[in-house]
Amino acid sequence: MTIYLDNNATTRVDEQVFAAMVPFLTEFYGNPSSMHSFGGRVAQSIQTAREQLADLIGALPSEVIFTSCGTEGNNTAIRSALATLPDHRHIITTQVEHACVLNLCKTLEKQGYRVTYLSVDSKGMLDLMELEAALTGDTAIVSTMYANNETGVIFPVEEIGTLAKSYGALFHVDAVQAVGKVPLHLQASSVDFLTLSGHKFHAPKGTGALYVRRGVRFRPHLIGGHQERNRRGGTENVAGIVGLGQAAVLAQANLGQMESVKTLRDRLEEAILQLIPDTTVNGQGSPRLPNTTNIAFKYIEGEAILLMLDREGICASSGSACTSDSLEPSHVLRSMGLPYSILHGSIRFSLSRFTTPAEIGRLLAVMPPIAAKLRALSPFNAEDQGWIAERTEALTHK
Amino acid sequence: MWNYSEKVLDLFYHPLNQGEIKDEQESGMAVVRGEVGSIACGDALRLHLKIDVTGDRIIDAKFQTFGCTSAIASSSALTEMVKGLELDRALGITNRDIANYLGGLPEQKMHCSVMGQEALEKAIYSYRGLTPAHEEEEEGALLCTCFAVTANRVKRVVQENRLTSAEEVMRYVKAGGGCGTCLSAIDEVIESVLQPQPLTTVQKIGKIETSLDGIRPYLQADGGDVELFDVEGDRVSVRLKGACGSCASSLATLKDVIEERLRREVLPSLVVEAV
Repeated sequence: MTIYLDNNATTRVDEQVFAAMVPFLTEFYGNPSSMHSFGGRVAQSIQTAREQLADLIGALPSEVIFTSCGTEGNNTAIRSALATLPDHRHIITTQVEHACVLNLCKTLEKQGYRVTYLSVDSKGMLDLMELEAALTGDTAIVSTMYANNETGVIFPVEEIGTLAKSYGALFHVDAVQAVGKVPLHLQASSVDFLTLSGHKFHAPKGTGALYVRRGVRFRPHLIGGHQERNRRGGTENVAGIVGLGQAAVLAQANLGQMESVKTLRDRLEEAILQLIPDTTVNGQGSPRLPNTTNIAFKYIEGEAILLMLDREGICASSGSACTSDSLEPSHVLRSMGLPYSILHGSIRFSLSRFTTPAEIGRLLAVMPPIAAKLRALSPFNAEDQGWIAERTEALTHK
Repeated sequence: MWNYSEKVLDLFYHPLNQGEIKDEQESGMAVVRGEVGSIACGDALRLHLKIDVTGDRIIDAKFQTFGCTSAIASSSALTEMVKGLELDRALGITNRDIANYLGGLPEQKMHCSVMGQEALEKAIYSYRGLTPAHEEEEEGALLCTCFAVTANRVKRVVQENRLTSAEEVMRYVKAGGGCGTCLSAIDEVIESVLQPQPLTTVQKIGKIETSLDGIRPYLQADGGDVELFDVEGDRVSVRLKGACGSCASSLATLKDVIEERLRREVLPSLVVEAV
């Protein structure tokens, strides 16, 4: 049986979500733009989904634009801000954003924009003074995460937004990891744009939305027909949108359950720190999402841990260099300035409302022997750091 | 997820020869180790060898590895491969051999096999009191500062594995995999290795003779033979003998077989003619 502890990567589609979608893949296949009532019925269900999603994030239905994914939302928001403020050539973001923001910013730099990448401290937290120092009248947009996908660290969104506003900049939040896990009241916030993605909270992949505050000028990214009130061309992913609406209803109803998810997460963290020596929690001490923990197992390597867990049917993830093509460990943990012994051996466990105490119990039963087995193989340990220090110094003093 | 071979997974889940070899001061035996990598790079190997001094042979090998699935499997494979080998034969093991033993490695993981080969060489050289070849390589200027890789080391891996792109080099020794500043420098190293040094006439003649020796058995099987007559610049004159001299398809033999082969093995610009 699979024990799925990788919910920040993606989540299972809730059965009720799936059930709500099915009629729109079979019976009600009309195009919502059509003039006949067969299509009109479908248009009505999109409107319902829009209201359901708006409810979850504390927004007006008209402030919701359905998209295909988080990447689309993030790209659309940043590009729209730049298009509506053509005299502003400066963007502020952070070093720990998702690739779809960082790589977009790199592209924009090549096009002549100036980008400030704010740093984070060893707990993954931003320095608001650094933000304020970076803001100028030329800043078009400040774009930050709500919560980090790897560590779960939550940024002080309201403070960031207030500062951005005081310099006349727009404020975009990538809330892909936060929606459905923390309560949001966007109408009473300083957020201008907010990106969310359905598959992170039990809707299907290929669904998402961008919140655009009422009154904020907007330029569409996909130019097409009049769908989404001319703000996003393309025939609607009707079944997906209906599923996203249903997932929003369920997320709202289950928000209280996040407290028990947090209890399970805390139990997992405490037990691992207690059972396995030389472990630390990355981002500990900062406000964090209730479902995420990122644990460093010193002196062993993340990919090897994942393969050992995989054999036990447990799914987790790692920012270790060996899990990617890049050869460099996680940009998030590197930005936090953590030592190499932590960078290469960190594992993210991300829970959901479907995670059971028995599953966490199983993880806690297999994790200590896995760590012990890999540590027995490793030439490094807490006593023998000589080689580590020597070799690392050789690399860093170049 | 990486596409690991059965053998890689088997040696990862059930590693053979893990641990250290303690030096018990046994008479006639020497215990040495070779260390490569670092925690900063994300993988490191400490290889332990027990050597029979009179037989100049590896009696036992063990490993300690910090690294991913394929790093652990490569280390374990290496220890299996070298046990019982004479030192000179062990030194002949290349990273390719390790990868082949494992039933192949994903391209991005080839550096795991390189690590094994280097640790082996380091251990044996340290036993013999020599400076390992790649220690000398480490003497040169750093090409990739992110992963502390010298130009000499890049050169060697390019030569040994016939690499043709910076991306491949990255997968073998990680150079260029960090900030990417050195990528064009890696391109230059590859170019310098691939670029054949101009041959002297004597070298050219030697190579042509060797190449012709390879063709000769086929010609002899048909009752013919070939002899090098003269070499002038890129012009190679040969004398077709026996049946070949009078064969109707001798021109085809000359161009399609001999010239093609000489171009491939000696110099692409060669032109072959019969005298």
